[in-house]
Amino acid sequence: MSRTPLVETRHLYKIFRSQSGLFRREKKEVRALNGVSLTIYRRETLGVVGESGCGKTTLGRTILRLIPPTSGQILFEGQDIAPLDRRTLRPYRRHMQMVFQNPYTSFDPRFTVLKSIAEPLVAHTDLRGDRLVARARELLQQVGMPGEILYRYPHEFSGGQLQRLAVARALALNPKFIVLDEPTSALDVSVQAQIINLLKQLQADLHLTYLFISHDLSVVQHISDRIAVMYLGQIVELSTADTLFQGGALHPYTKALLSSAPIIDPQLRRERIILPGNPPNPANPPPGCAFHPRCPVAVDVCSKVEPSLLEVESEHWAACHLVGKEVGA
Amino acid sequence: MTEPLLSVEDLYIRFKTYAGTVHAVNGMSFHIHPGEIFGLVGESGCGKSVTGLAVLGMVPYPGEVIAGRILFHGENLLQKNRREMEQIRGGRIAMIFQDPSASLNPVFTVGSQISRIIRHHRRVDRHEARALALAGFEAVGLPDPARIFRAYPHELSGGMQQRVMIAMALASGAELLIADEPTTALDVTIQAQILALLNDLRAAQGVSILLITHDLGVVAETCDRVGVAYAGSIVETGPTAQVLYQMKHPYTRGLLEALPRPSHRGKALQSIPGSVPSGLDLPSGCPFWPRCPEVMDICREQKPLPTRLDEVGHRVACHLYSREGQR
Amino acid sequence: MTASVDLTGLPADIRTSRYKEVGLMLQAFRRDPLAVVSLVVILLFVLGAVFAPWLTPYPDQGLGNPNIIEKFQPPGPTHPLGTDYLGRDVLARILYGGRSSLSIGFLVVIIAVAIGIPLGAVAGYYGGRIDNLIMRITDVFLAFPPLLLAIAIAAALGSSFINAMIAIAFTWWPWYARLVRAQTLSLRELHFVEAARSMGVSDFTIIVQHILPNVMTPVLVQATMDIGSAILTGAAISFVGLGVHPPTADWGKMISTGRIYFIERPWFAGSAGAAIFLVTLSFNLLGDAIRDVADPRTRRAVS
Repeated sequence: MSRTPLVETRHLYKIFRSQSGLFRREKKEVRALNGVSLTIYRRETLGVVGESGCGKTTLGRTILRLIPPTSGQILFEGQDIAPLDRRTLRPYRRHMQMVFQNPYTSFDPRFTVLKSIAEPLVAHTDLRGDRLVARARELLQQVGMPGEILYRYPHEFSGGQLQRLAVARALALNPKFIVLDEPTSALDVSVQAQIINLLKQLQADLHLTYLFISHDLSVVQHISDRIAVMYLGQIVELSTADTLFQGGALHPYTKALLSSAPIIDPQLRRERIILPGNPPNPANPPPGCAFHPRCPVAVDVCSKVEPSLLEVESEHWAACHLVGKEVGA
Repeated sequence: MTEPLLSVEDLYIRFKTYAGTVHAVNGMSFHIHPGEIFGLVGESGCGKSVTGLAVLGMVPYPGEVIAGRILFHGENLLQKNRREMEQIRGGRIAMIFQDPSASLNPVFTVGSQISRIIRHHRRVDRHEARALALAGFEAVGLPDPARIFRAYPHELSGGMQQRVMIAMALASGAELLIADEPTTALDVTIQAQILALLNDLRAAQGVSILLITHDLGVVAETCDRVGVAYAGSIVETGPTAQVLYQMKHPYTRGLLEALPRPSHRGKALQSIPGSVPSGLDLPSGCPFWPRCPEVMDICREQKPLPTRLDEVGHRVACHLYSREGQR
Repeated sequence: MTASVDLTGLPADIRTSRYKEVGLMLQAFRRDPLAVVSLVVILLFVLGAVFAPWLTPYPDQGLGNPNIIEKFQPPGPTHPLGTDYLGRDVLARILYGGRSSLSIGFLVVIIAVAIGIPLGAVAGYYGGRIDNLIMRITDVFLAFPPLLLAIAIAAALGSSFINAMIAIAFTWWPWYARLVRAQTLSLRELHFVEAARSMGVSDFTIIVQHILPNVMTPVLVQATMDIGSAILTGAAISFVGLGVHPPTADWGKMISTGRIYFIERPWFAGSAGAAIFLVTLSFNLLGDAIRDVADPRTRRAVS
């Protein structure tokens, strides 16, 4: 695989500030992204896993500039798109698309399939009339849907079919990069497999680059080349899928997360590490390493000093004070 | 073999809607022994949740049970009147749902809600109810029970809320816990906690659990026996190991092969063509035949009956194994 | 250039499919007997008001030939609903009265919707400071009892048909702004709005193409029901003497003058009351029917 970066983030921060009431000037800060730096290479799938509130969804939306970052850089083909405004950002939009979690709300109920799929084409190209319809038909064919459905409405389709249409819409402008935000978690198992296969097929055919966000470890494991594990707005571990899922995980959180996932094959079952407590509130993070209150191997330094993400082995980053030393024996 | 605690026999439930009659449950049968965790697994629309609600006599309008029996300790729950069901519901049979935050009333403290339930089912005064509640919180591993008792639901995390729901069920003396997707809304690390808790409770208190889920991994790690539901009836049932590792029904096999697993990495996943049929117009014969890779002529005409495969109770409803199919 | 809003770029089939939608709506509507009856009632009153001079032999607001001798005639062959204290034909007065009452109803709602929709959509879509500002303004309006506010404005502007209408519309628009804002807020969370943004579709296009069509159903339902309430409020304003001037016929005025004779001669206040009741109820039922028919999901379920 050629290893040229397509998308990079550097020290990306997103802080949501909420202030309640008209007169109370009390401000709450939620650090949804707390200094995220990562590189997504051309034609790879980078999986992002983590529990609710870890910032994985915010990461996808911030990279696409659907929400503005608080600080940091977002490089797309080397160009920093973080400071761009609506107008200057527009040319980049067509290269970066998104598929959302809930296929049922991904379509305007009053738009026909054609009008939905045509929306990005009308916004960015001057395709109109018969050529627009032809392009829409071609897109439907790419995602395995028949051309006759162009004039049907979203409520006439099942979740799996709608997700195919969402993929078709995302492909309309021949993007280079697609953020897939839990694209299969609303679907049944038998349909989920169809969508995963479709995504892999399209990636091979169209040389796409994916950021695949999911809480489902087995799905991420299947589709990703590399995986970033997030906890409380930070990447705690990043490595190849093979390394992480074949016992090479280094960070105690990754280990616990992997061991928590229910596994069918009895021969693959590991000793389960059950973490105590809940993920902390991002509005009120613990000092030091964010994971230390739940960490089974935490030592003194963990509650004081925030560990940084270091390349421990080649292609393998982890943010833990104990990694590199003998972990908990 | 002991008497089953609960047995659902040939249950049929339909919903009459403007769009037509939805056949949600079509001859569902299974049983649960005392102290057993039975997994009812299937995809959306397979009738698993409605069946759980039917056990408590809570099939939502416009649904109605049109045939079948639900025996609890040998008594048919479908023949109980409203008052009798109110005593059983939340008492001897309790239910927990997917979204614990929606199961608790946001304007009352957790303590006042659990006390009310306990006092509805047991003749105790306020202090005894409080003591039972605190013991319940202790039993489900909630830290600082006294603080939880005073807390409002929104002050607790999803995992803690689900523990409160389980404590409620235990404190009012449930023998059977119906858990409808109890961990689907929770994170994996929290899911692991709750599943471990359910396992402990079964061991420590002998509670039977009907675990309704779509997740075969949860079934594999938690359930003693499992029933795989498709289009409102069980297509394969038996001890978990038999069903998951020596599956016979093409649907069970399809489901298992569709799951991404480490051994399949890099390959295309097997998927079942088409999608789950709607209860509005079910195919004739076996409901799975339009998607089945091994469909035969008889499958289109005749719905297969469960065939017993071995001594441990592995049954499959498929013409590949039925007497009719063998001819 | 921003994304174009016009549908002309899209092939004809899409536009015709829109007509197909309307056809389906009409079909579902026809199958609802209550809806058809209320529509017929409303149409009868509207036609009656428009063609009043030709429908009744008593021109000039039912005055006919000045005939004070014929006052307080009970309903009979010459005067189907009797006559009032000046000998005017009550049926004719009802028909003429529909002119002011129905136009107040329609115009008030049109003005309120025209102010409320854009403000609500902008508040809901952008949120933040704009939202705060617009919502505080609506709060101010909503803090007054609507009838009292309308009466106060009408009194300040002086009693006339136009002023009554402006007064009522002023108390009404905040409800639409709130309704549209709430709908917009929930729509904004749906993925299709986010998807459109991610594709670089402009805010204006998103509001016009995605937000407004999806808020129109609740607005239409609310508006239809509000026509009835606006007529009622209009009647109340006339009742207290701030609406139309006599001798112009008006249902509210008829009740206010007729109420003193109501025990012995109930027909002319009663007829006006019945007219208000029928029209208000019909608009309410029609609003209900529109709600069911306009949603493709419930409509398909019915058909």
